[in-house]
Amino acid sequence: MITSSKRTPLTYLVHATVLFLVIIWTIPTAGLFISSIRDKSQLSTSGWWTALSTSEQRLVARAHEPKAQTQVGDRYVISGNLFEGDAGEITKFGSSSLRPDEFDVGVVAELKKGQTLQVMENGDYLFSSPSEWKGSRGQRIFYTAETPPRFTLENYREVLSAEGLGQSFINSLTVTIPATIIPILVAAFAAYALAWMRFPGRALLVAAVVGLLVVPLQMSLIPLLKSYNMIGEFFGVGSKTYVGIWLAHTGFGLPLAIYLLRNYIVGLPREIIESARVDGASDFDIFRKIVLPLSFPALASFAIFQFLWVWNDLLIAMVFLGNDAEHMVLTGQLRELLGSRGGNWEILTASAFITIIIPLCVFFGLQRYLVRGLLAGSVK
Amino acid sequence: MGQLATALVTMILGVMGCAAYFYGSNFLLDKIFPTKSGAAKEVARNLRVANTIRPWLFLGPAVLLLTFYLFYPVLESIRLSFYGRSGEEFVGLSNYKWLFSSDEFYESFRNNMLWLIVVPTAATFFGLIIATMTDRIWWGNIAKSLIFMPMAISFVGASVIWKFIYDFRTGGEDQIGLLNALVVFFGGEPQTWLTIPIWNNFFLMVILVWIQTGFAMVILSAALRGIPDETIEAAVLDGANGFQIFYKIMVPQIWGTIAVVWTTITILVLKVFDIVLAMTNAQWGTQVLANQMFSWMFNGGGDFGRGAVIALVIMVLVIPIMVWNIRRANEEMEGR
Repeated sequence: MITSSKRTPLTYLVHATVLFLVIIWTIPTAGLFISSIRDKSQLSTSGWWTALSTSEQRLVARAHEPKAQTQVGDRYVISGNLFEGDAGEITKFGSSSLRPDEFDVGVVAELKKGQTLQVMENGDYLFSSPSEWKGSRGQRIFYTAETPPRFTLENYREVLSAEGLGQSFINSLTVTIPATIIPILVAAFAAYALAWMRFPGRALLVAAVVGLLVVPLQMSLIPLLKSYNMIGEFFGVGSKTYVGIWLAHTGFGLPLAIYLLRNYIVGLPREIIESARVDGASDFDIFRKIVLPLSFPALASFAIFQFLWVWNDLLIAMVFLGNDAEHMVLTGQLRELLGSRGGNWEILTASAFITIIIPLCVFFGLQRYLVRGLLAGSVK
Repeated sequence: MGQLATALVTMILGVMGCAAYFYGSNFLLDKIFPTKSGAAKEVARNLRVANTIRPWLFLGPAVLLLTFYLFYPVLESIRLSFYGRSGEEFVGLSNYKWLFSSDEFYESFRNNMLWLIVVPTAATFFGLIIATMTDRIWWGNIAKSLIFMPMAISFVGASVIWKFIYDFRTGGEDQIGLLNALVVFFGGEPQTWLTIPIWNNFFLMVILVWIQTGFAMVILSAALRGIPDETIEAAVLDGANGFQIFYKIMVPQIWGTIAVVWTTITILVLKVFDIVLAMTNAQWGTQVLANQMFSWMFNGGGDFGRGAVIALVIMVLVIPIMVWNIRRANEEMEGR
């Protein structure tokens, strides 16, 4: 554009500014993703930007139960490893919750009644006692450990099964796929009629579509809820059904769909359509054999829009599909978790990532069509 | 999985039903008014009739859906605004009186105005700056793609992302929210950002700006590329520097597009709902119209009259943009 290809200070400033902005724009999402694969206990005690450094944690573990004791000479011994296979490094330990860092690692600590406890750096511990260990539960050991960064998919496993996200994922797909395809079909015919057929009231209809583009959803909610309740009662099926939400998304998506597709179809070369007419093709044939294949880019653009919009929608799903676990879509579930599991960031981050992964794939895979659609929809 | 299969089957049935409607109705039309054979006079008449009917066969489903889902509800909402809780008894203007004497309404109206001023301005501004700068560097497309990315994220997902950034830990614990960690790093006191009156609104707006900047950027970037090179070259020859070119040559030429971006974001802002619901549930003075409308619609069994009145306020705010859009579209149609 601007013909200054010289490496002026301004160019460096531009590079630096853009880099800065890109970092600001991506860091929130990056933080979410990194957090979602961190170990639960590390996530809740240190920021995600420290994910790669070791963290110091105060922990507590139970030694093996007394029945695991062995007799060595005249003493009874219970031994094991606090990390149970994981990596880590212990710096301090103690035997009471009041003084969790009473002893340095490696020291043989004298406990009551001649019992001793020794904890090594690698997590090995050794209880020793002159008399037999009693009771059914193991002794508690408090320790301060430096654990290396730990990444895990455990958070995802948990939210997909226990938190019901798996079901919601399927619900979201169930809502989204038909709600994307039906409006395309309906809108394509309407757009063709508005672009290439002559009939009274055409200009009025186009103006109406443009006007309806900006009608806020909120205007429709209450009357539609009433209508749905009535219709549901009449058929005895309840007001919250998948068919209901498909049609709702279709209705709300139609103005944009018709507008986008009409703008595209009206721009197709007149000669093609006129010559087909001269050859005796009916409008239905022209639409099916000529216009539809030529409009593929516009159809793809709208499909992406509608997909993202339906997948990301919360309002319509809450109103027309309800909030019970059986029907909850991903956004609804995520919102619910935000309320009920407010502080459990391992659950929230993993859930959020599951809800955004599909749109992100669609976005990066089909960005070209998305951009084209955006431009067709607004730049004139 | 069974559910998904049902959905797929229903979808196929639905799509086939749609297709069957279009095929069937057109087939019937051709059968009843044959145009391929017969007396010339007959054919001409049939052709005329068929051509009058066919547009409505094409438009039928769309017109029905638009009427049921958008047009009729607007009228019905206006009617309901004069009716009571359940929409059965006529209450005159009492919903309107309630609205204009309710503190909550003024709070949400004030917040909506703040949103309307800040979000479109900030998103358009950042979008324009980024579009201008990324056009000049070799990795501009990658940068654009990354800044555009939040567009794909749902408002609820974005809320989780940002709530994590605003997270607050009490006492001496390490802050795991980025914002508080930065504040502590620079020697400040950590805050519960979302509970600070007035300012918390801005923390919510940041989310929408973050999402919408990419949209503004993409559209403005295309408009900038449409600027004829000659105008810029002429300015360069006349000795204009980079900033002068930007403000005096480029911005005036894309003024129309800036207006379009601005109004598109404005409309989105008027409907903002998910972010407030997910972030603060409208507590601590963050209520907005769309969320207030939603809560009147459902809470305590719902009050349809009051909900409808609030929806009408949003509608009234949208009308100027609607009129402007229709004017623009008409001019375009005439231009063709």
